[in-house]
Amino acid sequence: MADKVLMKGNEAIAEAAILAGCRHYFGYPITPQTEIAAYMAKRMPKIGGTFLQAESEIAAINMVYGVAAAGYRVMTSSSSPGVALKSEGLSYIAGADLPSLVVNVQRGGPGLGGIQPSQSDYFMATRAGGHGDFRMIVLAPASVQEMAELTVKGFSLADQYRMTAMILADGTMGQMMEPVALDSLPVSPMPEKPWATTGTKMQRPHNIVNSLYLSPDELEKTNFARFERYKQIEENEAMYEEYLMEDAEYCIAAFGIAARVSKNAIDEARRRGIRVGMIRPITLWPFPVAPFKKAAGQVKHVISVELSMGQMIEDVRLATECRVPVTLCNRVGGMIPSPEQVLEAILKIADQGGKQ
Amino acid sequence: MSTRQFLFSGFGGQGILFAGKFMAYKGMLDGKHVSWLPSYGPEMRGGTASCSVIISDTPVGSPIVSTPDVLVAMNLPSLDKYEGSVATDGMIFFDSSLIERDVKREDVRAIPLAATSLANEIGTPTLANMVLLGKILASLGEFDEEKIAAVLKKVISAKRADMLEANLNAMRAGAQSTGLI
Repeated sequence: MADKVLMKGNEAIAEAAILAGCRHYFGYPITPQTEIAAYMAKRMPKIGGTFLQAESEIAAINMVYGVAAAGYRVMTSSSSPGVALKSEGLSYIAGADLPSLVVNVQRGGPGLGGIQPSQSDYFMATRAGGHGDFRMIVLAPASVQEMAELTVKGFSLADQYRMTAMILADGTMGQMMEPVALDSLPVSPMPEKPWATTGTKMQRPHNIVNSLYLSPDELEKTNFARFERYKQIEENEAMYEEYLMEDAEYCIAAFGIAARVSKNAIDEARRRGIRVGMIRPITLWPFPVAPFKKAAGQVKHVISVELSMGQMIEDVRLATECRVPVTLCNRVGGMIPSPEQVLEAILKIADQGGKQ
Repeated sequence: MSTRQFLFSGFGGQGILFAGKFMAYKGMLDGKHVSWLPSYGPEMRGGTASCSVIISDTPVGSPIVSTPDVLVAMNLPSLDKYEGSVATDGMIFFDSSLIERDVKREDVRAIPLAATSLANEIGTPTLANMVLLGKILASLGEFDEEKIAAVLKKVISAKRADMLEANLNAMRAGAQSTGLI
């Protein structure tokens, strides 16, 4: 096995991006993701890359827009309020069908909120990344190793489908250190980008990158075509992990840090003879509908454990088609549910035989 | 040992995060699953700092330590804040040159060490954290100089390689003070 190193989640994202061939990073500091920018500031100049601290988050995402149009792997990172500022640029990038990688290491909100971990940007990432009809591929790591793996994966998915892939992490994932193996990451070579604005050299017609279509007829066509691509992504790219679901009577739905906490609670509940398992979505969009659909015919109750007022729970209800009760177990504002709190929720529901 | 949870706490600047990082690296080199999670935010700038370290035979679930098996307190506010959270039969290591009171709990093992004074005596006043770490490892029966040197090589950057011997020396001083080496 390869040598592992201890790294912060934020640093793992940065190093994985470099390994994936990203040589252009634009950002603006904000806790709890600043280590990404700091790492890039150190490394990029040494490998012929660009690190630029932009004058604002809005400037940074528009620099991403430009470099993506030129056909290079490019990224930016921020935390909740900073990502909100990027929403206009994200929409333009979607409208121009450009690949990019955007990292959101979430903190408590709304507003400036706080700097402690949160998952309350689930809606922003999966529903409302910006104005207009568009999607982003949303990847939710639950370990430092996954921070690295999903970054690499994010770049290849972004290139493959010509859209933004977003890493949706949280303050815990960004700040914690775990052993990580970086030499076995599934890096894919960058595909040809014949659409990139690289200069015609008088050999071909101009490539134009644009998100403005004044003819509604034409704009409608681009939307339909884009959603055909989204359909393929929904069919092919959903990722999830199941934990002890085989014989489960109760199911936890959780991603990221909430899944880590829930695992402790599940282990303790199992010791007490309660058959509880977990479905951990790794892609939040596309949401892994299939395992939840299957669980709806198997379990008596689903508990959605979240660091929000209940956002993913809507997707869980849609995926289970409301065939089983789904309840929320949560903390917000930078607080993290404890394993004891999740265990209590499991015990309470098991005690009622799964009924609401 | 299946899982051991550490909470390192003290003032920002005492090397709390570094001590935790040492322990996490040691666990990793021992082939265990490990996690290290710092407190982050304004409290790091002059106030209290803490970090959670978990070393386990199985993959680590929650990286947050709320009931430490081992509490390391390098100042009074930390001891006040975390003493009550320590697991029954857990251990509390504290710097008795900075903390003038005793541990109140009777269901835990309290191990005082005048780490800051000792660090001053051996001429490395900034290494009280390593003095205490030496004592912790000795008390856990894990003081193995060869292993410690290997871990130090990992956690001390190449630029500061000259500090390796001083760190080892501080840990030795802490370990010997227990009479367990």
